[in-house]
Amino acid sequence: MTLHDIAATRRGFLAGSGLLIGVAIAPKFLAAAPTGVQAGGDSALTPMNAFVKIGTDDTVTVLSKHIEFGQGPFTGLATLVAEELDADWGQMRAVHSPTDNKIYANLLFGLQGTGGSSSIANAYEQMRKAGATARAMLVAAAADDWKVPASEITVEKGRIRHAASNRESGFGAFAEKAALQTPPAEPKLKDPKDFVLIGTDLPKLDTLGKTNGSAIFTLDITPDNLLIAVVAHPEHFGATVKSFDDTEARKVQGVVDVKQVPQGVAVYAENTFAALKGRDALSVEWDLSKAETRSSEELSADYVKLFREKGLEAAGKGNVEEAFNASGLQTVEAEIVFPFLAHAPMEPLDAVFIKADDGSVDIYNGAQFPGMDQATTAQILGLDESKVRVNTQLAGGSFGRRAQFGSPYMQEAASVYAASDRSRPLKHMWTREDDIRGGFYRPMYAHRMRGAINADGEIMAWEQVIVGQSIMGKADLDQTSVEGASNLPYAIPNLKVTSHNVPLAVPPLWWRSVGHTHTGFAVETFVDELFEKIGRDPVEGRLALLKEEPRHAGVLRKAAEMANWGGHVPEGRARGVAVVESFSTYVGQVVEVSVGTDGAPHVHKVWCAVDCGMAVNPNVIKAQMEGGIGYGLGAVLFDAVTLGKGGKIIQSNFHDYRSIRINEMPDVEVEIIKSTEKPTGVGEPGVPPVGPAVANAWRRLTGAPVRKLPIVNIVSA
Amino acid sequence: MVTFTLNGQERTFDGDPDTPLLWVIRDFEKLTGTKYGCGIAQCGACTVHLDGMPHRSCILPISVVEGSEVITIEGVSGKEAEAIKTAWAGLDVPQCGYCQSGQIMSAVALLQMVPKPTDADIDGAMTGNICRCATYHRIRAAIHNAANSMEG
Ligand code: FES
Ligand code: FES
Repeated sequence: MTLHDIAATRRGFLAGSGLLIGVAIAPKFLAAAPTGVQAGGDSALTPMNAFVKIGTDDTVTVLSKHIEFGQGPFTGLATLVAEELDADWGQMRAVHSPTDNKIYANLLFGLQGTGGSSSIANAYEQMRKAGATARAMLVAAAADDWKVPASEITVEKGRIRHAASNRESGFGAFAEKAALQTPPAEPKLKDPKDFVLIGTDLPKLDTLGKTNGSAIFTLDITPDNLLIAVVAHPEHFGATVKSFDDTEARKVQGVVDVKQVPQGVAVYAENTFAALKGRDALSVEWDLSKAETRSSEELSADYVKLFREKGLEAAGKGNVEEAFNASGLQTVEAEIVFPFLAHAPMEPLDAVFIKADDGSVDIYNGAQFPGMDQATTAQILGLDESKVRVNTQLAGGSFGRRAQFGSPYMQEAASVYAASDRSRPLKHMWTREDDIRGGFYRPMYAHRMRGAINADGEIMAWEQVIVGQSIMGKADLDQTSVEGASNLPYAIPNLKVTSHNVPLAVPPLWWRSVGHTHTGFAVETFVDELFEKIGRDPVEGRLALLKEEPRHAGVLRKAAEMANWGGHVPEGRARGVAVVESFSTYVGQVVEVSVGTDGAPHVHKVWCAVDCGMAVNPNVIKAQMEGGIGYGLGAVLFDAVTLGKGGKIIQSNFHDYRSIRINEMPDVEVEIIKSTEKPTGVGEPGVPPVGPAVANAWRRLTGAPVRKLPIVNIVSA
Repeated sequence: MVTFTLNGQERTFDGDPDTPLLWVIRDFEKLTGTKYGCGIAQCGACTVHLDGMPHRSCILPISVVEGSEVITIEGVSGKEAEAIKTAWAGLDVPQCGYCQSGQIMSAVALLQMVPKPTDADIDGAMTGNICRCATYHRIRAAIHNAANSMEG
């Protein structure tokens, strides 16, 4: 499909002409047009059910209830459907489903949404059933047409056959007839040993458009007569507009209007450059009376004070106080401080609004919680929810950024659109500066660790205090603050984990692997230090405490074996190890590190073993481990969003919020543990182990434990 | 008025001469394969070929493009481009895909200049292209695969 086709398709769609002829016979729930811009092909598509459409050209299109922003749900969900449909991989396509919190609910969330590495886990049976149902309906249609018993019909690689009468057909010829069949109440699913597609390295469905520039993201939606809008934001969290002067901004060629919105001052222009130039020309005075004016340094000093206060109990076992007071024990302590982290998805947040003739509005955005985006925008636009269609688009990454309760980004975008006269389509976009300074960070956290070792070198007690914002905005215990610590996998007789929720004007959010971003680091570096103190090998030491945790032990053993742990390590390098379970997926990693030319750690190699239950697509799993390792490593080495003196955000773009680059990316080797357990997610679990593994190697190499992140700061300090 | 060629076709632009090439390509020419990622020559998402050399179009005012030949991801062709795109698909390099036009434009330019790049050559040519999905491991492998496929 060329760009012109896409543009034409979009225009056709926007003009209300039917993209999908097959929709005429669609069940009622599909009356809403599916997301338009990438629903390809000229052929009529007949819906078999809410998730599967079959074209007269034999293509099978899976409607993905999960957004594709790199973690592979298009390919994964299509694999599940194709398996039970007995389709050929070459005929499979995927598009985003329409927005519907019921039909397209994430079965783990109860509403439509992507996140928590849950796409495959929640849809595993549902998508297989959707495929099996469509298959049964195709077979019934063929049986009826050929006047043969359905039981004699076979389906293989997209071909329907009746051997006895030597008849054969593709899916397309029977699509319309199949849609009229009664779906089976309980479609029969394959025995996993008969899988032909699940578990194989199928090429990803979205690769082609992403190698020739034709994949359309929200930023690429450019209807005629489009207005571009950007917003001037404050440099302090909690600041609001006191006054502004737009005289110079309005003089900029192409600037159409300037309006105040709750989030700042919006500039509307004929093109992006004019909007940006107009924004630069604004002068805005901000009201800081309710703003956060403490610096990161002051905040962390305040956090550390809470270590000695009574916290919220997250885990308790044995008697920690007694254990620490017992004689003959050696106590080890550590305090670790984690910075704010921006997600910095490659495509900054954006949204397009287009009003239809009937006053309803189409919204195009990287919707991670589309139903929530719909409710939020409808309210701001003063429309009934049925008059707002959220059309989920491919998005340039998220890492958690696009999943927000109450859709605060969409609140800004909708407010900007609402403040226009809505006569023109509008694209609201964030620049990288808006993104880095936009808040919704992985919060700052401070951990206090205490461990007690007895004379025999056993870890007798473990105490951990975690101070930071509650991502869920809770006053009581927030599991996302303590996950990975409260369920410590190591068998230690006396355990106490507490937390403190800190209120702050800096909005918090989950960041790829959520609580494990810091608990994984604190737990895995501290346990490693304890092993070093008692002279135990870090792999052996962990395994001895993981006797009740076979899946942790399995990935740890595998990673150690891949790395030939205990074997020769080149001069000037050291190895570190870590194992973390997150989202029910187990990942063990061994890293090899030297001191780089800049004095910071240079990571040469990562050996990674993952146990995510049954591997649906090994290629995608490996890609997610590689990507997760790079993402986690970059943050641990380089990244912090810092509030400077007076609370002003210091970083603004990739020059001071560094991303890992190709020369800093280690070689990565991944192995997947064979398993018959139900599949679990892989988008996040590759992230947590890499940071502590690198810090452990660094400590062994240099003697310096990592107590403050990012590592580059302690090195240059 | 600025005149240049875009993917082989002569184009003119008579808006604000400070407008970066990136926004001319995207907003005025409606070629959206070239992406915005930072606007300050830090990420490479906006990489195009200007008279055969890779450039960050987000910081190139259109006025300096006068008389030049601009090639974008939509127009890039030749044996290096084919080899790179095939290698990219073969390894399923893209994740979110947003950075990949820029990655590919940088990689094609590298192969045009250095047909058989070493890892150090790849670091040198590709360090300006950020991939937040960290597909670097596959980018490196795909460039080597493309180079190998062009031999003979
Ligand atoms: S947008 Fe040009 S280098 Fe980032
Ligand atoms: S593939 Fe997502 S930023 Fe590169």
